[in-house]
Amino acid sequence: MWENLKEFASTFFVTGDPLIYGADVSIALTMVAIVFVLTKYKKWGWLWREWLTTVDHKRIGIMYLIASLLMLFRGGVDALLMRLQLAFPNVEFLHSDHYNAIFTTHGTIMILFMAMPMMFGLFNMVVPLQLGARDVAYPFLNAVSFWLFMFGAMLFNLSFVIGGSPDAGWLSYPPLSQNDFSPGPGQNFWIWGIQISGIGSLATGINFIVTILKMRAPGMKLSNMPLFSWSVLSSSIMIIFAFPILTVTIALLFLDRFAGAHFFTMGGGGNPMMYLNLIWMWGHPEVYIVVVPAFGIFSEVVATFSKKTIFGYKSMVWALMSIAVASFFTWAHHFFTMGTSASVIVFFAISTMVIAIPTGVKIFNWLFTMFRGRISFKQPMLWTIAFIPCFVVGGATGVMLAVAPADYQYHNSYFLIAHFHQVLIGGVVFGYLAGIYYWWPKLFGFKLDEKLGKWGFWFWNIGFYVCFMPQYALGFMGMTRRYYTYGWDRGWADLNLISTVGAFLMGIGFIFQVWQIAYSIKHGERDTTGDPWNARTLEWSIPSPAPFYNFAVVPTVKGADDWWLTKEAKANGTYKEEPAQLEPIHMPKNSGIPFIMSIFWFLVGFGFTFGWVWIAVIGFIGVALCMWARSFQYDTDYYVPVEEVRSTEASLGRVY
Amino acid sequence: MSGGKMLRQIHFWILAALATVLLSGCGSDYLVLNPKGPVAETQYNLIIISVILCAIIIVPVLALTAFIVYRYRDTPENKAPYKPTWAHNTTLEVIWWGIPIVIIAVLGYFTLRDTYALKENPNKEVKPMTIQVTALDWKWMFTYPDQNIATVNYLEIPAGVPIHFQVSAEAPMNSFWVPELGGQIYAMAGMATELYLQADEPGEFAGFSANFSGEGFAHMQFKVVAKPQNEFDQWVKQVKGTTPAMSKQDYDELKKPGVLKEEKMYSAFPEGLFEEIVQKYSHGHDMHHVMHPDEEATTKETEQGSDMSQMPGMDHSKMNH
Repeated sequence: MWENLKEFASTFFVTGDPLIYGADVSIALTMVAIVFVLTKYKKWGWLWREWLTTVDHKRIGIMYLIASLLMLFRGGVDALLMRLQLAFPNVEFLHSDHYNAIFTTHGTIMILFMAMPMMFGLFNMVVPLQLGARDVAYPFLNAVSFWLFMFGAMLFNLSFVIGGSPDAGWLSYPPLSQNDFSPGPGQNFWIWGIQISGIGSLATGINFIVTILKMRAPGMKLSNMPLFSWSVLSSSIMIIFAFPILTVTIALLFLDRFAGAHFFTMGGGGNPMMYLNLIWMWGHPEVYIVVVPAFGIFSEVVATFSKKTIFGYKSMVWALMSIAVASFFTWAHHFFTMGTSASVIVFFAISTMVIAIPTGVKIFNWLFTMFRGRISFKQPMLWTIAFIPCFVVGGATGVMLAVAPADYQYHNSYFLIAHFHQVLIGGVVFGYLAGIYYWWPKLFGFKLDEKLGKWGFWFWNIGFYVCFMPQYALGFMGMTRRYYTYGWDRGWADLNLISTVGAFLMGIGFIFQVWQIAYSIKHGERDTTGDPWNARTLEWSIPSPAPFYNFAVVPTVKGADDWWLTKEAKANGTYKEEPAQLEPIHMPKNSGIPFIMSIFWFLVGFGFTFGWVWIAVIGFIGVALCMWARSFQYDTDYYVPVEEVRSTEASLGRVY
Repeated sequence: MSGGKMLRQIHFWILAALATVLLSGCGSDYLVLNPKGPVAETQYNLIIISVILCAIIIVPVLALTAFIVYRYRDTPENKAPYKPTWAHNTTLEVIWWGIPIVIIAVLGYFTLRDTYALKENPNKEVKPMTIQVTALDWKWMFTYPDQNIATVNYLEIPAGVPIHFQVSAEAPMNSFWVPELGGQIYAMAGMATELYLQADEPGEFAGFSANFSGEGFAHMQFKVVAKPQNEFDQWVKQVKGTTPAMSKQDYDELKKPGVLKEEKMYSAFPEGLFEEIVQKYSHGHDMHHVMHPDEEATTKETEQGSDMSQMPGMDHSKMNH
């Protein structure tokens, strides 16, 4: 009995690596600390009532934000481990399989469990406020989405201490990801972690399309909707077309692995190239899904901090929408080197170049928004300005990659690595950071410290160029991605060392930002006005932090940049104060079902990962019961009485 | 921190970075930028063309960014014009939709031209020689159908002769890449992809595998040696005379997962081995034909070849073993 247990434990838990043991200990200590604090301060009830069961989009946004920052930390540590391994030739810090697991999880986590939730966090924090709405269209579904993401991410992260991490690359190309070459639970963790959170992403896409189309305040036409909301619409449209492809593709891969099917196997009639086509039909739109909302953020930030109307609003909307369409016609550029016919290659090469046109147009529009404006260098604007040169260069190297015959030389090399980190860090990360700094006061009621933020900013930026510029050169030297080691003979050593230094500079930047948040919670400048940046859109017309019902009185919109118009009218005396009539506010009730249902989904994923079908069956039954319970729940909403609204507003400094 | 200081720093780093990349082309370590054959040459020229075309956008945009950010910074003494509602100008919009369209059209033309060109023999005067490449777990096997010899992790070719590579795999996907001679092609089970490369001069070149294929992937590198035709012929003779023949068992041994640090030569290999490997995983689909070496002398037939459903391994009678 004891022997059996020991044997089971040694295969179930990942063993044999001091780094992993360190992680085990730190995970255990963190758990103990959390349980201790919650129990000591009697916070379990508070946690359940205020957070785990919440359907408030702002709280869901905050939870997304916390989760994504934690994942940024984990993905970042992965990156630093890889850079340490590559700092010098012939380093024996990580073994090949360990290194492979680390780059696989780094890629997966950064795209799916860092960028996506940070994006959804921003959607949730901002969109309803910008539209003058009280919540998203489907608040309950919104909570389901969040918890599915959360438990999918937890399942995925479990793999590095239990069972073993996936190590076939972040998109798990078969046949490498099939049982023959990747036995064990690692790939199953990848499949189920993504599958569960992917369902949540799809639901979020639907939720925000409906929210934007149906929940806008009276008077807000699509043609005067803020550009961030436009970008969310564009991104959500891409989500609802792309994510079903992902769901089906990895379901088929799972059937190959679990049920002996042959969709993508090497033997038995499968076609691995079909997987590549399918995964990139999702994967290419995916990079636009995450970058387009950043474009929306830049549009808001650049107008606010230049004190000027956004230049070429219509052109911007056209660009956003054409990106959403064009992104679905470029997927094959990820495998120009598969030896297909010249006509196919040329089609995808040119369609890939074409997408650079609307993207480039946006850059000019931002520049000309600043032109004849008055630019103040607050943190959101700093990141926006830093984004422009970074993205222009990254975009240009993207066009270079699209030149198919030249791509035969760049494909899978460090040139490619440098390119996509430049657009994803320069575009997505810089963009989301700008957004977080910008909207932080609205959510939390205080600003993040400028001085620490600037330290973080400079470490990130300088670190970025030090880290990734040498990688373009390494690509020209023949270094391909995913090498875990290399010899002295190639001449790659100097540039790799520089790159590693850069990565650590970025790590220091992140530490400054964490410090900045911790410091600002206590010492940050409080926002008593509700409009700390002298901004232009509706979300700044209400107090900070935004009350749970958002708008005490739903505003009537008169044009683009409605809040700016109101402020101008007030300044020149033409503003007509309309008598505000407070009415009871209709709100959704909290529910524990999304949280509980997601635990059952987690069980489904966990059961299938290890092939313990009985656990998966329990999970499925639980999911079904939760849905059943929900479908008979009629008491799902309530009214906030006028008195409560009045007193809440009064405590935030507003009088009705 | 003032806007001016920040800008100076941004530009310092951008320039430093660009300098790193541009100056780097001088060293011989920069394989892609030191083409040693017509295919790599074509690709090198395309890289230069694309850099120049992109620079037409990048340089003005960076300059404009620096100028605008500096000129319109929010300081009390700034006398630059301030027009808070100026938000539309048709001429400007036409210009910045138009210029990228023109640039993409020009770049598209070169892409089109060279994509088609690289599908064919780069040197019409010389009849190409065929070499079959098989990616194994984690080694490269080269079989020479005309010479009936085989090598592992070592490739020897005659200089000045276009080589027609037929590339397949009996392992997870891989990519066959010799940067100094030209760009890569995937090695996939059940298909035979094609790639033409040529070395203009004798020399030694580094070969890489460029698609992740598991644990031993980083060690899947090989050496390519180009020699004058007569020395190449001598080498073939020497391999024929001094090395063992590869048997079916030898191959089965080779394809087992494992890293092989040495180079191997074989004076012969089982007839139709490559075709058999392709056939084994193609299950009757014609995923990509394996072309007969004699057929490629004329381009017309090459074009036809891409449409013809020619079953791999079916035409052994015509092979000159």
